[in-house]
Amino acid sequence: MSLFNLFEISGSAMTAQSKRLNVVASNLANADSATSSTGQPYRAKQVVFSATPLGGNNGAAAGVRVTRVIDDPAPMKMMYDPKHPMADAKGYVTMPNVNAVEEMVNMISASRSYQSNADVMNTAKTLLLKTLQLGQ
Amino acid sequence: MIGRIDDEIGFMSKALNLHAHRQQLLAGNIANADTPNYKAVDIDFAKALRAAVGPETPVGLSRTAPGHLQARENNPLGARTQYRQSSQPSIDGNTVDMDVERTQFIDNAIRYQFALDRVSSKFRTIDLALKGQ
Repeated sequence: MSLFNLFEISGSAMTAQSKRLNVVASNLANADSATSSTGQPYRAKQVVFSATPLGGNNGAAAGVRVTRVIDDPAPMKMMYDPKHPMADAKGYVTMPNVNAVEEMVNMISASRSYQSNADVMNTAKTLLLKTLQLGQ
Repeated sequence: MIGRIDDEIGFMSKALNLHAHRQQLLAGNIANADTPNYKAVDIDFAKALRAAVGPETPVGLSRTAPGHLQARENNPLGARTQYRQSSQPSIDGNTVDMDVERTQFIDNAIRYQFALDRVSSKFRTIDLALKGQ
């Protein structure tokens, strides 16, 4: 019954989008973390999505998978604050490369996609229930 | 009599199977709305249904060695999966148009329910005839 695959597809998308939301939360929370357990300032993280074909005979339908979480390659922000304990000889502190605007956009996009997929699941549930009631 | 019942139910069952298959493709499109380089897919429903019920079977190539590629589509009714022409392709190579996909998804869901309804009523008619009331 290929309608059951809908749950797998939308479920994988919801997992992927919630991972993206988690990364956004982490980035926003650490937007001002000048140091971390490694001694380096926090680097913004980004998720990489990839379409992954499902097993079985379901043609070209594909779910989503987070293949990896990468460090944002954007340059770190330099802030002038000579009184800061992490300041270098010239008085500059290396701050995380988190872009709050981009993160907010990411957050809205992730939550909208999550909602779309929840909607798809609801429709699939309705269709399956209708199919169960067939002939009654 | 049984043959006639099969004729009447068979068409709807094929339509239902195709709708379910298409629903799955559309769900995949919606799921991959944010995946870079993902290309939206769909089937030509009318053509697929005609091929499924018509006398002519879809043309396929026979495989005589395990290395041969499968020419026939890998789904129950042999519907051809095609890429959607995107009206607004995005810079990351993704061609999913969310409004198109959502509209098609709901449209397909309603058609699925319609086909279910037809099958249901066909069963009721047969039931009525069997009871002879």
